Amino acid sequence: MTDSIATSAATVPSQESKHRSANTSGWLLASPLALVLAVFLVAPIVMIIAVSFWGATEWTIYPAFQFDNYEFLLSSDVTYRVFVNTLKYAAITWVFTLLIGFTVAYFLAFHVRSLTWQIALFLLCTIPFWTSNIIRMISWIPFLGRNGLANSALLSWGVIDEPLEWLLFSDFSVILAFVHLYTLFMVVPIFNTMMRIDKSLIEAAADAGASGWQTLWHVIVPLTKPGIMIGTIFVIALVMGDFITVRFMSGSQSANVGRMIQNDISLLQYPSAAATAVVLLCTVLLMIGILLRFVDIRKEL
Amino acid sequence: MERRPKSFYFLSAFFVLFLVFLYGPTLTIGILSFQGPGGGLTFPMRGVSLYWFRDLFEQQAVGDIWGSFRRSFVLGLMVMVTTVVVSVMGGLAFRKRFAGSTILFYLIVTSLVIPSILISLGVGLIWSQSGMPVHWSTSGFGSQLTWTLPFGLLIMFAVFNRFDRSYEEAARDLGASNWQVVRFVVLPIIAPSLIGVALFGFTLSYDEFARTLLTSGVHNTLPLEIFGMTTNVTTPVLFALGTLTTVFSLLVIAGFLLIAWQLRRRQNAKGSDAGKGLV
Repeated sequence: MTDSIATSAATVPSQESKHRSANTSGWLLASPLALVLAVFLVAPIVMIIAVSFWGATEWTIYPAFQFDNYEFLLSSDVTYRVFVNTLKYAAITWVFTLLIGFTVAYFLAFHVRSLTWQIALFLLCTIPFWTSNIIRMISWIPFLGRNGLANSALLSWGVIDEPLEWLLFSDFSVILAFVHLYTLFMVVPIFNTMMRIDKSLIEAAADAGASGWQTLWHVIVPLTKPGIMIGTIFVIALVMGDFITVRFMSGSQSANVGRMIQNDISLLQYPSAAATAVVLLCTVLLMIGILLRFVDIRKEL
Repeated sequence: MERRPKSFYFLSAFFVLFLVFLYGPTLTIGILSFQGPGGGLTFPMRGVSLYWFRDLFEQQAVGDIWGSFRRSFVLGLMVMVTTVVVSVMGGLAFRKRFAGSTILFYLIVTSLVIPSILISLGVGLIWSQSGMPVHWSTSGFGSQLTWTLPFGLLIMFAVFNRFDRSYEEAARDLGASNWQVVRFVVLPIIAPSLIGVALFGFTLSYDEFARTLLTSGVHNTLPLEIFGMTTNVTTPVLFALGTLTTVFSLLVIAGFLLIAWQLRRRQNAKGSDAGKGLV
């Protein structure tokens, strides 16, 4: 401690030059990052906004400044239905991932007593995140298909008389896959915040006569809110922007905004895809912007 | 030790069910990939064989599986190295406030939450309009970085939030230059976390689909190849491929975790060797 005081006393440069050197070294270090984001994030967004005003024929697109794409998009019933459907997927997935994620994180943080076990079980929960999403989707086929495990089990137990058709290629399977893929994104940040809760607070609550539920609701949940918010940001962003899960798990029978964009792309209608993309981006950024008001991400890491 | 409350047993059961939910489907296709030659995509198993794995190695009619695996592997390594280097530099930069750091931070958040297909579409449009052919090692590479870098940086933020600055101050007191402080003090201390960043960089790239969809050009990466197979292959060869790449992913993950664990153990055993380089 005395060292640090000595250093700061010995090497205090003038406030202004210190400020300038912080700027220079900061920018030098951040320049590769800034370059990647400029070329592969900012420029593509600018390009999409530009192209959303362009025109298209059946086989090519041409520069223009017209509002046709937006007019068509915003005047179509389909657009609103698809957006509502996308929000519905996001809302339902959010509820399930939150409930499951919170419960799992709570178990790991407060009921598993040794740190080694906590880390081991936590890793077990996160490993699927590092494997392929597409394969994890494919792996539901033998479960949910007409002759799949779920149907044969239910048939043999006598619960149903004929195979359920809505298990695969339906909204059910889409949401199941979302929950399967994205619950991890809730578990990790919630567990992270729970591990920082001072255990003596919980003892204090118990000493003050709180029941288990009261401690959970009045102590743990409020203290876990930042983690919940970060998890929510992940889940909302991933579900809102998805197209592949909906396409694969609904057997192309349901639509969300991502699929609308992808459809236009496959028909080479880039300006129309770009207009939809702009509206989607605004929606997502608005939702995330609101969520960010409730949490300071950098502080919570 | 005090007695476990009743809720412990309920939550344990819930946790086990969660793990079954998480791993069950993958294990199922693992089992089904050993189907006999006459077997289909679901149970029952019609014999047990390596038929579909052999099929994967011989028949190339379904596409260029091994070529796409090689590409995904090389691309994964490229993305991994870049992610580690850029994230460390970015993490160091963000320790001090610099002009524009807030904007840059919000760009990182945007990069994380932007729908992947937008990156694919935007990069694809830029490349096609400027007459460059899209290629997995240029446009595909950059597009994947927009997904791996935010994770790398979030990890670096978390690492530096917990970093004890007195180590650096001690090094400076002993006369270390800025570069020496980073090279011989900061990097050795954060090394285990860098393995984590590398793990994210490689696996997220290796499995990335949406951001490479329109940016990889005529040569597919493995996830694109697998997705193509889902539409026209209806035999367990699909499961065999899925099992094989999942096993590969698991080996990679295990490797990284092992290295990180070893590093951490060495650090704990020997203490930090941070001072050695200064002598």
